[in-house]
Amino acid sequence: MDIGGINFVTLLSTLIVASVPILLAALGELVVEKSGTLNLGVEGMMIVGAVTGFVAAVSTGNPFLGFVAGAAAGAAMAGIFAVLTQVLLANQVASGLALTLFGLGLSSLIGQGWNGIRPPVTGDVPLGPLAEIPVLGPIVFSHDWMVYLSFAMVFAIGWYLKSTRGGLILRAVGESHAAAHALGYKVRRIRVLALLFGGAMAGCGGAYVSLVRVPQWTDGITSGAGWIALAIVVFASWKPWRVLLGAWLFGGISVLQLNLQAAGSRIPVEYLSMSPYVITILVLVLISSGRGRTMGAPADLGRTFHTSQ
Amino acid sequence: MKRRLLLATAAALMALPAATFAQGMDKVKACFIYVGPVGDGGWTFQHDQARKALIEEFGDRVDASTYQESVPEGADAERVLTQMALSGCNIIFATSFGYMDAVNNVAAKFPNVKFEHATGYRRDHANVSTYDARFYEGRAVTGTIAGMMTKSDKIGYIGSYPIPENIQGINAAYLAAKKVNPDVTISVVWAYSWFDPAKEADAARALIEQGVDVILQHTDSTAPLAEAAKTEGVIGFGQASDMAEFKPSPRVASIIDNWAPYYIERVGELLDGTYEQGATWAGIAGGEVQIGEITDAVPADVKAEAEKVRDAIASGELHPFTGPLNKQDGTEWLADGETPDDADLAGMNFFVEGITGQIPN
Repeated sequence: MDIGGINFVTLLSTLIVASVPILLAALGELVVEKSGTLNLGVEGMMIVGAVTGFVAAVSTGNPFLGFVAGAAAGAAMAGIFAVLTQVLLANQVASGLALTLFGLGLSSLIGQGWNGIRPPVTGDVPLGPLAEIPVLGPIVFSHDWMVYLSFAMVFAIGWYLKSTRGGLILRAVGESHAAAHALGYKVRRIRVLALLFGGAMAGCGGAYVSLVRVPQWTDGITSGAGWIALAIVVFASWKPWRVLLGAWLFGGISVLQLNLQAAGSRIPVEYLSMSPYVITILVLVLISSGRGRTMGAPADLGRTFHTSQ
Repeated sequence: MKRRLLLATAAALMALPAATFAQGMDKVKACFIYVGPVGDGGWTFQHDQARKALIEEFGDRVDASTYQESVPEGADAERVLTQMALSGCNIIFATSFGYMDAVNNVAAKFPNVKFEHATGYRRDHANVSTYDARFYEGRAVTGTIAGMMTKSDKIGYIGSYPIPENIQGINAAYLAAKKVNPDVTISVVWAYSWFDPAKEADAARALIEQGVDVILQHTDSTAPLAEAAKTEGVIGFGQASDMAEFKPSPRVASIIDNWAPYYIERVGELLDGTYEQGATWAGIAGGEVQIGEITDAVPADVKAEAEKVRDAIASGELHPFTGPLNKQDGTEWLADGETPDDADLAGMNFFVEGITGQIPN
């Protein structure tokens, strides 16, 4: 399975782990955007989740509590955004950007004194004999439980949005908040709940960075993962399955370029590093060329709603 | 500029110490600008330790309480340096290579403030000094351990940027490893960052997947060691600071930057009026590069060999780059027994023969 000096099985196994944080954050943002709100503060929610999760896991010695705390912190950050945009009707783009800047500063403040500490280990799921299966074992059956949870979330969100009444209402609110309001649905409440869910997912993704992927706390540890998550949602044209694909593509290429270097390849790594963004730009061009409705962008995405309108 | 020249000439002619002419200071305000957080456990951490050592050494005679963390190398650095100079700092330690332009720009505007730039080479103005450490001497020691301990004969190296300081380290480590293990090969991964824990961890993982079982790093975080700890039999080294929390394995030894003696010396000179512009490049002998404890995970004979290399470098018997050595393309670099001069080292932009990778340009 060696291609160009790179073992494909281990590469796939690594990229699955590397893509978990952006996958979780992007799934959360997908639900938020489906409800018609654009929250650009994903990076801020992630990094606050990362530091809170880290502090909680180290203090309690329990990585599970770390993820719970990370999710709670992410949701709290989203709560601020919800108050700003849904109650005070502030501009969503500006509020989202502010949320990111706020999160970066806040996480740095909370993280003072937590540098250089090793968090408790998040263990692999004991799948026993399954992990011994050639090829499939290392790729699919040798990860920690957060990896499987993130896969489960792809299924769950896909199913919820497509096949449940709740999902239908959520999408209706995103497509036309005026119509949904006229039918008697609580547009604001639904959007706030979606935002809180998205924040929790981003916080969880952040905690994965500081507890599993790196694992340590330092300022700016998410290093742009939140922005990549935002790009993936657009790339995936608001479909959960394609979010998974996008996360693997974006996460995979960053892993692949390091692997190529280690294997002594002569392909300039800059091409690989920029390729996901090139693809995203192409997708954006397609969307803006008038095929937006078939691409799946919610019609009322980013528009402020008030009952008086 | 002229006065300084006059002073120096006069001092040299009369064989009198410059202190006779220069004015000492009652109290020095020393300020620090850091590229990373003080808690990085590596590069910036060590500079901050030296800052604390200053306070310990001089007590009330020095105010070393001003420092700024995580300052990006660019316009922000220039702003921070200007702010520091305006706020009455007498001497400013700029602790990253990337501050070079900013330091020289700001120094032009504040001729009475002394600027000390770590690992730089530009001294455009009379008030700019540079200081550096011969990290490559430490690399020869860790390279020796790497060469003797690798079972796969593959060692990995995480470089930050393809600049001479990194290239010296890669060459020195490879040559030392090759000396004790002729079969050894080295894989280099460039992180294009001094400090990006997530990327460093991924780079370490990529190297381990290539069969590497010893990882050397020229990046500042402990992330590669944390990654190495996940795989049985993979070892690494502390970089810049001891990184003791990963003892006894994967961290089996470390290269420690010890800036305290230099900072104490320079501030002391400012206090007693003997301060002169200078360029320092000290190594193991001067105590600026220290080898951290070699742990019990290292077999006794390997430890003895590493200590032998360390002591031989300290005493001047051994230079990590001693001919005959060829460049990667096969052309001759050093003749038998020849060693490079400092200018040659400081501009090193090629791999030595035997390393297969390319240096990105």
